[in-house]
Amino acid sequence: MRYFEYFVGPQHVGVTGNMSYHLWADGDEIKKMITSVGYLHRGFEKLMEYREWVKNVPMVPRICVPEPDVNEVLYAMGVEELSGLVPSERAQYIRVLVLEMARLSAFLFYFAGAAGALGLYTIPQWTIGDRDYILDRFEELTGGRAYHIYTTPGGVRRDLPDGFKSRVQETMNYLKKRLIDYDRLMFENAIIVKRTKGIGIIEKDYAMNMGVTGPNLRASGIKADVRKDDHYLVYDKLDFDVPVVGDGDIFSRIMQRRLEFDESIKIIEQVLEMMPDGGFIEKLPNPIEWKVPAGDVYVKLESSKGEFGYYIVSNGEEKPYRIHVRGPSYTHGIQVAQEKIVGMRIADVAPFLFSLDVCPPDIER
Amino acid sequence: MGIFKKIFTPLDALKHLGQKPHTIRVPYVKKEPAKRYRGIHVNDWDKCIGCGNCARICTCQAIEMIPIDSIKVEEGKTNLRPQVDYGRCSFCGQCVDVCPTGSLKLSTEYLMTSTNKDDYIFIPPKDRDSGEGTGWESSTETSMLRFDREEMPERNPDERKLDFEPVLLGFSEQQAYLESMRCLGCGLCVDGCPTHMFIPEYIQKIRDAEYNGAVDEFFKNNPLPQICGTVCTHNCEDNCVYSRRGNPIQIRYLKGFAAEKVDNYGDVIKVDPDNKIDKKVAVIGAGPAGLTLAFYLRKYGVQVKIFESTPNAEGMMRYGIPRYRLSEKTLKKETDFILSTGAEIQYSTEIGKDIPLKNLLDEYDAVFIGVGFQQGIPMGVPGEDAIGVLQAADFLRDVAMGKKVEIGNKAIIVGGGDVAMDASRTALRLGAKSVIMYRRRWVDMPAHEEEKLEAKDEGVEIMPQTLPTEIVKDENGKVKSVKYVKTKMVDQGEGKRPKPVPIEDEIYEMECSAVIQAIGQNPDYSLFPDDIKEKLQFDKRGKRIIVDDYGETLIPGLFAGGDCVNNRGDIVGAIADARKAARGAQRGRGRASP
Ligand SMILES: Cc1cc2nc3c(=O)[nH]c(=O)nc-3n(C[C@H](O)[C@H](O)[C@H](O)COP(=O)(O)OP(=O)(O)OC[C@H]3O[C@@H](n4cnc5c(N)ncnc54)[C@H](O)[C@@H]3O)c2cc1C
Ligand code: SF4
Repeated sequence: MRYFEYFVGPQHVGVTGNMSYHLWADGDEIKKMITSVGYLHRGFEKLMEYREWVKNVPMVPRICVPEPDVNEVLYAMGVEELSGLVPSERAQYIRVLVLEMARLSAFLFYFAGAAGALGLYTIPQWTIGDRDYILDRFEELTGGRAYHIYTTPGGVRRDLPDGFKSRVQETMNYLKKRLIDYDRLMFENAIIVKRTKGIGIIEKDYAMNMGVTGPNLRASGIKADVRKDDHYLVYDKLDFDVPVVGDGDIFSRIMQRRLEFDESIKIIEQVLEMMPDGGFIEKLPNPIEWKVPAGDVYVKLESSKGEFGYYIVSNGEEKPYRIHVRGPSYTHGIQVAQEKIVGMRIADVAPFLFSLDVCPPDIER
Repeated sequence: MGIFKKIFTPLDALKHLGQKPHTIRVPYVKKEPAKRYRGIHVNDWDKCIGCGNCARICTCQAIEMIPIDSIKVEEGKTNLRPQVDYGRCSFCGQCVDVCPTGSLKLSTEYLMTSTNKDDYIFIPPKDRDSGEGTGWESSTETSMLRFDREEMPERNPDERKLDFEPVLLGFSEQQAYLESMRCLGCGLCVDGCPTHMFIPEYIQKIRDAEYNGAVDEFFKNNPLPQICGTVCTHNCEDNCVYSRRGNPIQIRYLKGFAAEKVDNYGDVIKVDPDNKIDKKVAVIGAGPAGLTLAFYLRKYGVQVKIFESTPNAEGMMRYGIPRYRLSEKTLKKETDFILSTGAEIQYSTEIGKDIPLKNLLDEYDAVFIGVGFQQGIPMGVPGEDAIGVLQAADFLRDVAMGKKVEIGNKAIIVGGGDVAMDASRTALRLGAKSVIMYRRRWVDMPAHEEEKLEAKDEGVEIMPQTLPTEIVKDENGKVKSVKYVKTKMVDQGEGKRPKPVPIEDEIYEMECSAVIQAIGQNPDYSLFPDDIKEKLQFDKRGKRIIVDDYGETLIPGLFAGGDCVNNRGDIVGAIADARKAARGAQRGRGRASP
């Protein structure tokens, strides 16, 4: 039997970053898919072994383009745990603020892609435009829009600028208003509903067995969130819910993010209110030649795409011995995608792949 | 939802028609970057010292240090300036946060367009600065550098002024670690050290608690590390990049800390006392110059004999510097080690009196003069011959020798240098009140700031802009009081030190029981017979002997170093001179003489 063989990618396929899928279809039905990665490989994990500890700070954010801050915070948390450095409470609040703002901007990116994959282009115009307002805040805080290079072992590199909190609040108010429009545009939109409900289902048990994490897992009905389960930074002081949509289809995954969007806004508003005064950084004894005590550590946190982890090994030198990054996209974008796509229609490939929120740069480090 | 509503929902979009668009009409409207925006680099070349730390931290290897011919190389500065390759730069701004001077920043300028790829590589000057308060700027708060130092623990002034025990308590291990960790290893400090010690290398060792290794580094060009690690004039620290905006690394005390950790230098520094080659050198004076020369010559196996006029070695380190600054234990540890390498010493023998210099010149392959400046300079005011008017050098020497010195209950010390500080603090310790009179301002005092403050803390009264004019005697010829005038500072034009001019109309008087003159010292060259003196070359004031790069005078085989040669007048200067002379004396006579 001869199948229709085709490629999706590597330029763009409803995944943010270069990655290619090689598919075989019988008529309109997908029979097999294999992922083809390697377009983005920059060897970060290896490069990090050749750089002093602080020099990796500008490197790690590049591991995830839409949500780089996760990497910065994880790297800093890992190094801090190994060295016994404790960032001030203020720095920890600022980190939560940064992480949640990054989460919001990643979700806006997601909505854009999810709708774009269905050929609906008003949504991307709006959400990408609104994401820019968050990037404006990032620019004010960190000096950079996409890559912030802001969190560093010991704390954060600068304190909040004057009047920053009120401007973040304004942005939040604006986004809250916009959500009404988004809801109408997305969830009351027959095209989206019809093309995503009941399609691309990832069942609860399957998700659990495969190691699916984050919003994708919660969309499949399992209530698990590293922010709640692991108590890193100051999340245990903050009041927020972990919504669970539960159907496991594409629609659930989009809806899951939409509900979590509200929670992130809630977190940000609390952070703005509760953030204590104090220093923003505990300076390292030496910026370049500092040696992190020997040991190894695994740190993880909740990113917009799922559980993100860093395994860091130091043998007491000025440079790390080994750093391994465990991003959620490997599981979602390779194993799960390859298996679950079988039997789907060609037209559903893009929405399905995008719904998993795969970030190729975090597959290839 | 009603079918009608569904149909009309898209019309909802109409509400956006009248609104201000979200997009900006570039290029008609410029996008204003945030205040902190990380755009292209600007570097203030005048402030930049070319230390290269920016290039070192750059994770993208985008920065290369380029020599600029038009920039003058000075002590503690290079003529290198960072060049940025924007094909590599990731605009992280870590270069800014590590820059010790704060000369580097990322401005809010971001436009860079050219069809020529070479245009993206340039040495950023200052001219594209978007203005103060904009861009990614450096400040001591946000810098990665810890500009504050670890404070050296000291005894409390009220307690320490009662005895001659050391004032400094020494760093703890944690302090030494943290202080040494501040070092960036750029090595600009080395410029400031006359003997060019391997500072970054030994600081690295101290950081790793490898004290033997540190001692090994010390002895490469300084055989008196613990002494220098306690009382050196630490010119290196003035060149430390941290001193540009904060406290320099305390290089001196770190050295002292590590040296103290090694009880027996002999375990690390191997010099066989029995290894003696067929070359003999006589050393006159066992001050730091003489001791240093002896050590380095012994390393080469040269036979060394030191002649010292007093019953003890160490020269001014023993007879000038008081024991509360430099302990007996430290002095003895370092001299004993140098002597243990096989250098002979003959005490209480004054060359020129007990043995003529000529004999040594005949007998030895080379002779080294390290006699220092031993005679105090008199002030030249009426009444100087009164009983109780002393020279600081004599006063300090007598106290150090344990002689009984009578100064009564109030001493007036004249002068503003380190010697005046030492004399005043020693007088305090003998139970007298101490007053320092100095003709210029506090800021002009040549004494080190820390010495001035320590003296003040202990209760020494410092009277700047005060000039003694007469010493009044009592009927027994003993000093009774000092008459003095105040001075005003008269500007001498640009680049010149203002001059103190006495305000004659009002004359004051202060009672006292002793006057200690500390306005400088002179050499005693009576050891040179006339024919030798004639052949030697001296500086304009006839004080310092001129030598060549190998420390050799115009007389072949006669070398000199220390206070009688350099105008630094400190221990490390003497060490540096002696190192040069060791190289010369070891090569043999008359290498560079005409
Ligand atoms: C009060 C005071 C405080 C000071 N504090 C400091 C300080 O904190 N840090 C610092 O770095 N420097 C300090 N100095 C300066 C420092 O002590 C001298 O610069 C240094 O000791 C000079 O070394 P030298 O070997 O040239 O001479 P000296 O140390 O003066 O040694 C010369 C030796 O030669 C002997 N001698 C002289 N003539 C003859 C002869 N004809 N025959 C045989 N022997 C002879 C003398 O007895 C003496 O032992 C201080 C000086 C004084 C006076
Ligand atoms: S770190 Fe600063 S002072 Fe040093 S070379 Fe770079 S710009 Fe100049």
